[in-house]
Amino acid sequence: MAKASITFEDINITVTAPAGTRLIEISEKVGSGIVYGCREGECGTCITKVTEGWNNLTEPSVLEDKVLRENMAGKHNRLACQAQVLGGAIKVKPV
Amino acid sequence: MSKPPVLTIAGIPQAVALSERVHWIGGLDPALRTFDIILKTANGTSYNAYMVRGNEGVAIIDTVKESFADDFFARLESVASYDEIKVIILNHLEPDHTGALPELMHRAPQAQLYISQKAQSMLKALLKQDVFAFTPVMSGDKVSLGDRTLTFFHTPYLHWPDTQCTYLVEEKTLFSGDVFGCHFCDARLFNDFVGDFRFSFEYYYAHIMRPFKDYVNKALDLIEPLLPVNTIAPAHGPLLRDQPQQYVQRYRELSRSALLNEVSAGEKTLLIFYISSYGNTRRMAEAVYEGAMAVEHVRVSLYDLEGSEIAPFVDLIEGADGLIFGTPTINGDAVKPVWDLLSSLAVVNLKSKLGGVFGSYGWSGEGVKMVEDRLRGLKLRVPIPGIRIKLIPTEEEIQVCREFGRQMAQDLLGLRQAKVIDMADLA
Repeated sequence: MAKASITFEDINITVTAPAGTRLIEISEKVGSGIVYGCREGECGTCITKVTEGWNNLTEPSVLEDKVLRENMAGKHNRLACQAQVLGGAIKVKPV
Repeated sequence: MSKPPVLTIAGIPQAVALSERVHWIGGLDPALRTFDIILKTANGTSYNAYMVRGNEGVAIIDTVKESFADDFFARLESVASYDEIKVIILNHLEPDHTGALPELMHRAPQAQLYISQKAQSMLKALLKQDVFAFTPVMSGDKVSLGDRTLTFFHTPYLHWPDTQCTYLVEEKTLFSGDVFGCHFCDARLFNDFVGDFRFSFEYYYAHIMRPFKDYVNKALDLIEPLLPVNTIAPAHGPLLRDQPQQYVQRYRELSRSALLNEVSAGEKTLLIFYISSYGNTRRMAEAVYEGAMAVEHVRVSLYDLEGSEIAPFVDLIEGADGLIFGTPTINGDAVKPVWDLLSSLAVVNLKSKLGGVFGSYGWSGEGVKMVEDRLRGLKLRVPIPGIRIKLIPTEEEIQVCREFGRQMAQDLLGLRQAKVIDMADLA
């Protein structure tokens, strides 16, 4: 199975995880400062800055785009509970 | 001095003038004793709503709890007709301010509804219908009533994500939503007439605004340049027209650290809380303490949960960078004093503090994992797996505890070395 390499910049830890894993699952296990709320893409608590590897994550859904807009999220932000890793290298940090 | 306002004439609720163009059209709820489960009130509360008149139309700012809608509409009708309403503004969508909205929109269908950017999904969820058109606004957006202008200040998390303040420029009146509000019902309405509401003001801040101190400070950065204002008109409690700026100053004071902090810049604070029945978890706590103290620039403190009430610990936790909890496992659970403290932290911001857990157990040891999960649920970071030791710790196990303390302290300083791990190896 394809693996992705996700670096959590706030704690300086890189995790290799299977493609399809949601960022929040990895973040939670490794203890990054990315925190979650509803885990269902609704509350915006887990907004995360993607500093590298944007295209190595699944595309945001229409719903995620809407929540990001409503929360006035920045350009390179994603919801960690929605974004799944696809492969390659990704770097993220809490906003 | 003018006389206290008249709220009712011949049994009909009347609007109360703040100025020639601004009226209070809210409702009084003197019998309320518990608000939103979490707040007590000895004096009931008020649901303040306002009418602003410009030469090109009328704006309504906030409504009331649904059961007070009759008073709200009667007061509105005493100063305006529904066809004059051009603008409806909701500073905050909680039901105690939006209960009369559907009926108001029905009576004034031509009105344009203005809500904050973050309120959009809430509006739909509250009304369970999609019938109202609305305009989302951000800080600096304006709406004109001709010779009166309303401008918006986005003040998120005071105390919901959606909250905003609306400022009437020409009259220097700030409609502040729940900010600067309190649960204190007094028919004399204005702070220069009502009874002593200082306790209610502070209590309201402590329970509603305190978890969002960082956001309060950001909101005050937007509000303070408006000073001096003539009136602060909050959504609950007295209308602040006498020395309104002192309430702004008080918010600034309350939003500083609860306790004087002796820690110097560059130092981090780590608090270790434990409770122990036979001394095993205590021995672990002392070892974690020793290990953490070996790291420079971290101020470590050790507390036995048996030795204090909860409230002082909550104040300490609010100002700390890292928290470690030591709990035995008894009958498959962490112990009640630990849960009592962990269920008392909703009034402070814990986001991204560092957390860790350890404890001794007799046969199964679930408590450590349960508390770790609770800490994650409270939005702490829990990067270092907790330590569980069966009954009496050996010297080797005590050394593991020291190492746990050292790692936690180093993590606080950001000293952990870059590491690559496989997800499958994470607990």
